[in-house]
Amino acid sequence: MALSYDDVIAKYEPVLGLEVHVELNTKSKMFCGCSTIFGGEPNTQTCPVCLALPGALPTVNEKAIESTIKIGLALNCSIAPFSRFARKNYFYPDMPKNFQISQYDEPICVNGYVDVEIETDEGPKSFRIEIERVHMEEDTGKSLHVGGATGRIHGAEYSLLDYNRAGIPLVEIVTKIVPGTGKYAPEVAKAYVAELRDVLRSLGVSDVKMEQGSLRCDANVSLRLIGAQTLGTRSETKNVNSLRSVERAIRGEMIRHAELLNKGERVVQETRHFQEDTGLTRSGRSKEQAEDYRYFPEPDLVPVAPDAAWIETLRAGLPERPSIHRKRLQEAWSVPDKEMAAMINADVLNIVEATVNLGADPTKARSWWLGEISRIANEKNVAITELAISAADVAEIVALVNAGELTDKLARQVVEGVIAGEGKPAEVISKRGIKVVNDDGALMAAIEKVCAEQPETAEKIRNGHLPAAGALIGAVMKETKGQADAARVRELLLGHLGQV
Amino acid sequence: MAAKLANGETTSVALTQAHLERIKTVDSDVHAFLFVDNEGALKQAAEVDAKRAAGEKLAPLAGVPLALKDVMTQKGIPTTAGSKILEGWRPPYDSTVVAKLKANDIVILGKTNMDEFAMGSSTENSAYGPTHNPWDLTRIPGGSGGGSSAALAAFEAPLAIGTDTGGSIRQPAAVTGTVGVKPTYGAVSRYGLIAFSSSLDQAGPCARTVLDAALLHEAIAGHDPKDSTSINAPVSQVVAAAKSGDVKGMKIGVVKELNGDGYQSGVRTRFEESLELLAAAGAEIVEVSAPNFEYALAAYYLIAPSECSSNLARFDAMRYGLRVGDVDGASAESVMNLTREVGFGREVKRRIILGTYALSSGYYDAYYGSAQKVRTLITQDFNKAFEKCDVMVSPTCPTTAFKIGEKSNDPIAMYLNDIATIPVNMAGIGGMSLPAGLAPEDGLPVGFQIMSPAMQDQRMYLVGAALEAALLSKWGAPLLSQAPALTGK
Repeated sequence: MALSYDDVIAKYEPVLGLEVHVELNTKSKMFCGCSTIFGGEPNTQTCPVCLALPGALPTVNEKAIESTIKIGLALNCSIAPFSRFARKNYFYPDMPKNFQISQYDEPICVNGYVDVEIETDEGPKSFRIEIERVHMEEDTGKSLHVGGATGRIHGAEYSLLDYNRAGIPLVEIVTKIVPGTGKYAPEVAKAYVAELRDVLRSLGVSDVKMEQGSLRCDANVSLRLIGAQTLGTRSETKNVNSLRSVERAIRGEMIRHAELLNKGERVVQETRHFQEDTGLTRSGRSKEQAEDYRYFPEPDLVPVAPDAAWIETLRAGLPERPSIHRKRLQEAWSVPDKEMAAMINADVLNIVEATVNLGADPTKARSWWLGEISRIANEKNVAITELAISAADVAEIVALVNAGELTDKLARQVVEGVIAGEGKPAEVISKRGIKVVNDDGALMAAIEKVCAEQPETAEKIRNGHLPAAGALIGAVMKETKGQADAARVRELLLGHLGQV
Repeated sequence: MAAKLANGETTSVALTQAHLERIKTVDSDVHAFLFVDNEGALKQAAEVDAKRAAGEKLAPLAGVPLALKDVMTQKGIPTTAGSKILEGWRPPYDSTVVAKLKANDIVILGKTNMDEFAMGSSTENSAYGPTHNPWDLTRIPGGSGGGSSAALAAFEAPLAIGTDTGGSIRQPAAVTGTVGVKPTYGAVSRYGLIAFSSSLDQAGPCARTVLDAALLHEAIAGHDPKDSTSINAPVSQVVAAAKSGDVKGMKIGVVKELNGDGYQSGVRTRFEESLELLAAAGAEIVEVSAPNFEYALAAYYLIAPSECSSNLARFDAMRYGLRVGDVDGASAESVMNLTREVGFGREVKRRIILGTYALSSGYYDAYYGSAQKVRTLITQDFNKAFEKCDVMVSPTCPTTAFKIGEKSNDPIAMYLNDIATIPVNMAGIGGMSLPAGLAPEDGLPVGFQIMSPAMQDQRMYLVGAALEAALLSKWGAPLLSQAPALTGK
């Protein structure tokens, strides 16, 4: 019988440790000139260096160093005046050199922090997540294991290797251990990853798409009895591909650990893989025997010694922190806390801002993105940014409604058309023949027809029973195929029946 | 040869043809070459001749043939690094050295034999059989670049490229009576040099005279953006130094620790004689001490294997070269294991195991870490000594060429052959070996080593040219004229 989360937190304190890998969006790879574009034909974005042909040598991508320093600065880290690349030696078929160029004891950024705010039972509360290090490394290639039931290497009939990803610049952001979050551990972890994502996006250094793997989180969780000093054994959960999964994975691991501990069993130190469908993790590689990576300084690369003045230039050029930016927007738009939280949760804040910047009213922009468009995204089960509708489209539609050229109802049809790929709003309007009937003559003809058809209702209105007007307005709207402005119809109808 | 090409006395095609014929005649004895590119060399030679006929301005060595150590990639040409594991591999790209040779219109005859992955001092560790010393075919030609030096001594090529990690250019030069130079680390790009030990490897020129070496040095040196460790500074003026040979007032430091016990008597005789000649040419001879050199060998045999254990990890049968055991149902792991079992030789395996152990957690500090500290101490020894002198000198190796097979079962004895050359690599400075004569007791060539501070490679060329001129006037003819004639079998 499964433990409830409340049982777990009544007895244990969770301790977190989060490792986030970020693919930088540099045009070329970390150590060669190959393109980093996602989704190319396998092995078309390779060269002697990233294929590790004999004799080839790496050279450092300066842009990647710049991006990493920016990340370090944005996370309040110190930038090391001297740091080094190191070789991490291990074998895997998709790692061409059979060592990964990473950083070991001399990383480029150290000792930073990120503050995150979450909603608690006592109201909003801030948690500080301390960053141990931010370092650079290269991504591996990709293996596709064909045959076998699990898609894993064991049991596969054969494997295909794609080295396009080999050598893509990665930045690893490692927290110190995070105690003291108590029952909020899953929410704090989620908020931390969300904050990192927002910071990285604001820096423009990564696409930060969790679903494409350009931002990946490994969550380390251990439990100890409340009040205990020593740390429990941790598990490391990989394959956590969304913010929601971060929260679910940690909650799930906390319950799994507690069940083991309650039964007097021990937690195995291992890598676990998060299963999106069940929300559970399954066992991966055991880390009981620490793997020996035989790190040593990379002799093919000279140390990284960024100029202090350059670092200051980068610091001065950092964008506004996303959390501050959000506060500023909230004030400027006079949005209540709850609405603001809803926008953040639905991940529409940036696009709403873009829509507002294109001239739309903040309330209208918000209601489109948070309402109708979010609804369609949910229905289609895709991220809102993947829909074929842009901030510019929404701004245009809002403007058309303001100008009286669309009604809200018609505007929804336009939105639907744009998302369906029928073109820009203007094209959808012309293709679908959408237009507001604002020819009073045509409206009056419809009103007269409807009144003739429903004389009793018309009579009630004539006698001052205004609620009855709704039925007739509805009939007129139907008559005009929804293209009339309902307010104008009401005005004309009441005038016709002597009520103005 | 370059002069005769320039004044039209001969053509590159004629020169190339003559060398290809010489290779055909004597290489069955010497086995200096692993691959001879007959067609490619003649094609390249014809192109140079056409350029010359069209009146194009050409580089000093344009049209001169050269032998390339098989550790350098050349597009489309088999490149094995002396290993079975790369059998059949044809690189899809040129190393920077090859690109520069081509840009200088130097004709590449083919690839020369070497100890597997440059690990060895005798070329006996080649997976393709040993190379024989043209002075005595029963003896080793040195290593790892025995093929390049033997090709020079056997007149199969007038120029060659070598690489030197612990003496692989200088020791073969010494035992074959030729000239070999290891430039300052970073002077010549390592891009396309199949790595043995990245922090020690350095390509350099091999030739029969100091001036030839200097001309080749300037052709291949220079900053390369593809190699982060290449020096971004103008190339040392080594040709001017080799032409000058003026050592008046130069201080030449004799390294106390690299002489004496363990050095063959004939080696010492020729060394002392060379010092006298340099003194007669106006140099001042001083003694310098380098107390930490005695740890160089031990430290080298930790650093080089450590780096090679990682550098050679890429030979996994996945992307190129040999693949063994790839049958239905075989796992990637088993293919990797079988391929390495067959593809790597004993010495290579020995060093991979040594290096893997030295880098293991718990041993790193004691082995790799300590070795790096020794390296710093050796550099400090050089720095201190260079305060007292302009160049340092020593015999290149303790002995003349030993017999093939003599030290095959005793790796330590083999390693000791590099005792005088290794400190130069550890400190990343320049080193040259040139012939100092024959040892009276065995009639085999002795090498004289000159070491110059980092980025001061011209100094060793000054001293080398001075000594070479003095010895030539003493002998009346180049040393190699005393080498036995080779007839082929």
